[in-house]
Amino acid sequence: MAELAINPGRAAAPQRRRNWPMELNALLGLVAIALIFEIAGWMVRGDSFLFNWSRLSIMILQVSVIGIIAVGVTQVIITGGIDLSSGSIVGATAIIAMSFAQMGTRNGQDFTDAVFWNQGWVDLPVFMPIIVGLFLGLLAGLINGAVIAYTKIPPFIATLGMMVTARGVAKWWTEGQAVSNPTADFAAIGAGMMPVIIFAGIAILFQLVLTYTLYGRHTYAIGSNAAAARMAGINVERHLVTVYAIAGMLSAVAGLVAGSRALTAQAGMGVMYELDAIAMAVIGGVSLIGGRGSIIGTFIGMLIFGVIISGFTFLRVDAYYQEMIKGFIIVAAVVADIYRQKRRGIVD
Amino acid sequence: MVKTVLKTEGLTKHYGGIQALVDADFEVKEGEHVAIVGDNGAGKSTFVRQITGVEQRTAGRIWFDGNEVTFAGPLDAREAGMECVFQNLALADDLDVPANLFLGREKILLNLGPFSILDRRGMRKATEDGLKATGVRIPRLDYAIRRMSGGQRQGVAIARSATFASKMIIMDEPTAALGVQETAQVENIIRTLKARGIALVLISHNLRQVFDLVDRIVVFRRGHIVANLRKDETDGNDIVAYITGVKTQNVAAALM
Ligand SMILES: Nc1ncnc2c1ncn2[C@@H]1O[C@H](COP(=O)(O)OP(=O)(O)O)[C@@H](O)[C@H]1O
Ligand SMILES: [Mg+2]
Repeated sequence: MAELAINPGRAAAPQRRRNWPMELNALLGLVAIALIFEIAGWMVRGDSFLFNWSRLSIMILQVSVIGIIAVGVTQVIITGGIDLSSGSIVGATAIIAMSFAQMGTRNGQDFTDAVFWNQGWVDLPVFMPIIVGLFLGLLAGLINGAVIAYTKIPPFIATLGMMVTARGVAKWWTEGQAVSNPTADFAAIGAGMMPVIIFAGIAILFQLVLTYTLYGRHTYAIGSNAAAARMAGINVERHLVTVYAIAGMLSAVAGLVAGSRALTAQAGMGVMYELDAIAMAVIGGVSLIGGRGSIIGTFIGMLIFGVIISGFTFLRVDAYYQEMIKGFIIVAAVVADIYRQKRRGIVD
Repeated sequence: MVKTVLKTEGLTKHYGGIQALVDADFEVKEGEHVAIVGDNGAGKSTFVRQITGVEQRTAGRIWFDGNEVTFAGPLDAREAGMECVFQNLALADDLDVPANLFLGREKILLNLGPFSILDRRGMRKATEDGLKATGVRIPRLDYAIRRMSGGQRQGVAIARSATFASKMIIMDEPTAALGVQETAQVENIIRTLKARGIALVLISHNLRQVFDLVDRIVVFRRGHIVANLRKDETDGNDIVAYITGVKTQNVAAALM
């Protein structure tokens, strides 16, 4: 029988190397980059880059708001999707939520500029703007997820639509006017190290959720092989809606924190945040084709991002160069991801 | 009398103008191992997709385990005790062995709806037991499926079905992509199923394997069942004659 002829078939996969987590690569990268800045710091400025608490805390504060977004974006990317609407959701939630958080007085005088002055909706309890903001994020995320899951429009296009729409909403809300004068309670949301604390809570929560819950398991399964997940009885559509809804909510949290911290919300808040968030995830080893990655990785990606920004500032590199270098790093991370997949024989 | 596990009458599937499956009458008894053979495009996989509910049939009736059934999807079939190893494996490459074995039917430690806590240890233990029962050897359960050989991947897919099947397993060309040693492994797994009394429908191009493993051979040709033979009343040449259309038992097909 022909079948009995020697047929090497697929050679047994060599049991090479132990599982080498991508997070470890990212961590090595972080250490290397920090060391480079440390050395450059001594050479250029005659000062330490790393051993400076105020610089480190400013650094982590700067990236925490986008880090909150990146936690949601990570989950979206693990399903094999992408979310370009995060930054616009930040803008829309910040300005709309803030308009429910204004004080009725400023410097002892009536603050008639308050958005809802005529309705008398000033000095509202802080849960009002929070609920409004979270609801908006949830709504935007649900729309993203439903469009992607049920119409099969690619995530890139669907969330690009939301990016434009949500930004439009942000501008329309006050016809371009900034919203300011928030209550003390609302201002407290983003004050001091609160952004870092909120980020840490959210990041730890979702790292655990992704590792230990059904939701996490199915998120990886869908990104790995959506057809197999469906065949196994997972409701892929409903799951995707949940993932995008969570991402929308986390963008809203970022919007609340950013608005609160700035004390003024403008329609332009959060522009390009989505790209930074995606970059943090990809730098942290979250694969753009889905199925692989973790919040821990994204956290390391976020630190790399922070070190680079604060490192260049420390070295007094011009802001224009910083932007260009950031762009280069994003492209490099994506290229590295594609190269990795290629080597593992997933894409060609 | 031996009970019938699966029975189809007049099972038919058209894809637009293509008659992929025509009037298939098919039966599997309890614990019986039946092979389906036939050329590429004969309608074997189509047949599997109709009985497992992956697709909805154009016409015909199906009985499973004594009841007439209309499975809305493979989940329904699974719940009824019918498992299937599909031709394209349907594994999540980035997940490890226990995660794949329990995909879609995870053990839960604490029920919190979609955010239920997984019983990871329980699933690992059950995976070890399941692999042992089916004789599947996988060196590392915590490796992603992607890092495994074709034979190991097939082993995982079969172990998944064997662990959960109570009545019947269908395997669509389980050794088509495997080498000699890996094929032998899969064949051993199939023998353990026979010993456990689980019925099997095995789709295969490998006649040596078919004659080694099954009780009965059904030949598909151009969407029709053209022969249904006990192993002891036929041989390889005979089967090849049916596959190629030189011979036929089926009058309707002969008139085509
Ligand atoms: N989804 C489909 N749409 C259209 N034609 C199909 C589809 N699936 C199978 N066919 C056709 O049905 C016939 C039987 O295919 P299949 O059942 O896959 O054959 P086998 O598994 O025996 O090789 C073939 O002619 C194939 O091209
Ligand atoms: Mg086939």
